[in-house]
Amino acid sequence: MLTDLSRRSALKATGLVAGASILPALPALAAPDTVAVAMDAIKKLTGGKEPVKGKIKLNLPQIAENGNTVPLGVTVDSPMTVDSHVEEITVFVTKNPLPIAIAFLFTPESGKAEASTHIRLAGTQDVIAVAKMSDGTFCIDTKNCKVTIGGCGG
Amino acid sequence: MSVPRLRVPKTAKKGEVITIKSLIEHPMESGFRKGPDGKMVPRMIINKFTASFNGKQFFGANIQPSVSANPYIEFDAKIDADGTFDFAWTDDKGVVTKAQAKITVAAA
Repeated sequence: MLTDLSRRSALKATGLVAGASILPALPALAAPDTVAVAMDAIKKLTGGKEPVKGKIKLNLPQIAENGNTVPLGVTVDSPMTVDSHVEEITVFVTKNPLPIAIAFLFTPESGKAEASTHIRLAGTQDVIAVAKMSDGTFCIDTKNCKVTIGGCGG
Repeated sequence: MSVPRLRVPKTAKKGEVITIKSLIEHPMESGFRKGPDGKMVPRMIINKFTASFNGKQFFGANIQPSVSANPYIEFDAKIDADGTFDFAWTDDKGVVTKAQAKITVAAA
């Protein structure tokens, strides 16, 4: 029932967008949607504050052969003292079904604002890392990853 | 759930920042995948990871379905004294898998 509904609405929407051919319009339809959701999620986290570039570094391969397990690492240049440390690093994915992949929570006892994991990428997309500092500012870094085989079932 | 795999150094110098690697076997069913019967496979993931040292949480992660199966997490800890690490993974059903590791501060 649920799949029926979404397919119907998807078909209707493609009809509006492209009209003539359905197939080429489908990826174009899916793309702006999830990107907008991810951007909204970032805004929600930062509370409208503009995150600055630099300080944070997102490590991601430029090309991932298998989207099921893509190594990801984040590092923030921070002294990690009680007065000045990173509280949270959130990793956003722009073309997966859900906007947030993982959020790392840090304390001064973490020693370094550094963490790694493996994530799934449904397709070639931008991955965005946003760090929340203890003074209420935010840092951002974006990396694009080309995925040859997607990793979200499908 | 399976026994988690951990890599924690046994000793550290006072004030040293050590790297901890953790891996737990888990399918991390995203809830976006169809099974062989054509029905959606229900979501079943590990959604939370915490790492504590001597009872105080120093690192954690809120995990979403975009994290790969058998979630691997690497992070750091600053060691000032002897103590015990407690690691805990929580899944969607609320089942908590725990693991421990000990570390001693070696005389520099």
